[in-house]
Amino acid sequence: MPRFSKGGTRVERGTLSEEFYRLVEETGKELYIRALKDLPPDVRSALAAALARETSGVARQVLGTMLEAVRIADEKRTLICQDTGIPLFFVRLGSGLGADPVEIERALVRGTERATREHPLRSSVCTPLSRVNPQTSTGFRIPVFHWEFTREHDDLEILMVPKGSGSENMSFLKMLIPADGIRGVKRFILETVLEIGANPCPPYILGVGLGGTADLCMKLAKLAAVTRPIGSRNPDPEMAALEEEILTAVNELGIGPMGLGGITTVLAVHIEHADTHITQNPVAINVQCWPARRARARLTADGKVEFGY
Amino acid sequence: MAEYRLTPPLSEADVRQLRVGDLVTLEGHIFGLRDATLIKMFDRGVPPPVNLNGAVCLHTAPNVRKVNGGYEKVCIGTTTSSRMDRFTPGLMGQYGVRAIIGKGGMKEASLEAMRKYGGCYLAIVGGAAAWETERIAVIEGVWWEDLMPECLWKFRVVEFGPLIVAMDSHGQSLYAAVQERARENLARVLDRLNIA
Repeated sequence: MPRFSKGGTRVERGTLSEEFYRLVEETGKELYIRALKDLPPDVRSALAAALARETSGVARQVLGTMLEAVRIADEKRTLICQDTGIPLFFVRLGSGLGADPVEIERALVRGTERATREHPLRSSVCTPLSRVNPQTSTGFRIPVFHWEFTREHDDLEILMVPKGSGSENMSFLKMLIPADGIRGVKRFILETVLEIGANPCPPYILGVGLGGTADLCMKLAKLAAVTRPIGSRNPDPEMAALEEEILTAVNELGIGPMGLGGITTVLAVHIEHADTHITQNPVAINVQCWPARRARARLTADGKVEFGY
Repeated sequence: MAEYRLTPPLSEADVRQLRVGDLVTLEGHIFGLRDATLIKMFDRGVPPPVNLNGAVCLHTAPNVRKVNGGYEKVCIGTTTSSRMDRFTPGLMGQYGVRAIIGKGGMKEASLEAMRKYGGCYLAIVGGAAAWETERIAVIEGVWWEDLMPECLWKFRVVEFGPLIVAMDSHGQSLYAAVQERARENLARVLDRLNIA
C-alpha cells in the first residue's frame, strides 16, 4: 500500500482537547434521551391540526390519545414511545473546527451506550443471525452515521434520530425504468401506502427518494422522512408540487390514524431527489411514524452547546 | 357500540359478546410477549411457564429498570402486531389466549383463529407508550429473561383503555373494512391522476 507523507512529518490531525470529545459524548447521551422524550414543535402542530380536521369518532379518539401521550411525556419527563429504535446520527462537521471524525464517532457511541445504561433505556439492537442483544443500543456498524463536511461554518452539528422499527420495516425500493415515467413513480407510492396500511403508526411522514443509485435513492428517502421538519418543502418547485400532489392523493385513501379510518394517513410527504442514470428511474420509500422524534445540537470549539430539533 | 369493563382471565362468553367498534377497558392482569417470545414458544416448542388460559396478551417489549428482586417500569408500549400473525392460531388454539392487544391489526389467519376459538383483537394507539405506561401499575412477573427485553411479562393494569375492538370472534375486522374502502379509493385516485 502506498504511503503518503509530507516532508516526513505527520500532518496535524486536530487541535481540540480531550475535553471537547467528552462534551461530544455528553451531548450524544443527552440527544438520545431528549429525542425520545420531547417531540419537535412542528410534529405537535401537525397532530393538533389533524385532530381539528378529523370528524370520525375513532380518528379523533386516536389522535386525542397521541396528543395525551405527548403531554404525559412532557409532564413526567418520560419516553413518548417505547421503541428506542436504531440510533442514527447525522453529523455535519465544519472544516475549520479541526475535529477528528473518528473521535467524534467514538464519543457518540459512548454517549449512546451511557444513555442506555444510565437512564436506563431498552436496547433495541441485536446481531442479525444469532439475534443476540448486547444491551447497549450499539453494535457492529450501529449507530448509523451519516457524515457531511462543510466550509459554511466552523461548528459541529449533530442530528440524532431514534428510528423506530414499526416504520422502518415499511421501507421499499423500486428500480423503475424511464418508460415507467413519473406515472410509474406515483403508482408505486400510492400502492405502497395501501399495502403498508396501519402498520407504521399513521399519521406518518412519508419520505420519498427519487433518482440516484439504489443505495443513494434509499438514503434520500431516509433524509426525507427523518431530517426535515413538517411544513418544509423541497426547494425545487417541480418537486414541491409533486409533494403536494401526493399528500392530497394519499390522504384520499382514508386509511387514517392507526389505520382505523380517517382523512389523515400522512402528516407530510417529503421528497428528496438526485440525478440518475439515463436508463434508471428509481424510487424509494422510508416512513417516519407519528412520534417523529429528532433532536439536534450545535457544538462550538469553545465548548458551547445549543440544543434544538 | 357498547362499552365493557373486563377482568382477565376471560371466558369464551366474555369475548363472543364483543363486536367490532365496541370499547373495552381492562382491570387486573395481562401478559406481555412478542417476536422472540413467540419464536421460543412455537418454533422451538418451549411451553410457557405460566397458564395462559383466558389470558389477554399485549404485543410488547418494555423499557425497565432492574431493582431488587424484579423490574420497575420505565416505558411500556405496543409494537406492530402483523409480525406476530402466524402465532395467533397457536396462542388461541393451544394455550387458550382470548384476546390480543396490539397495534396495526392482524390478517386473515388470526381473524380465523379468533372466529374458531373465540378470541378478539383489541387495538391500542401505537407510539403512545407514555399514555399506556400510566395504566400499567406494576410488573408482577417475568420469565425467560435471556430474551430481554422480549421476555414473557406479567403486568397488573388499572383502567387499561378504552381499547377498540378492531377484530372480533364473528369474522369482522375494522382493518379489513378500512383496507377494502381504501382499495376502492385508490382506484378512483389513480383514475383522477390519469395513471390507472
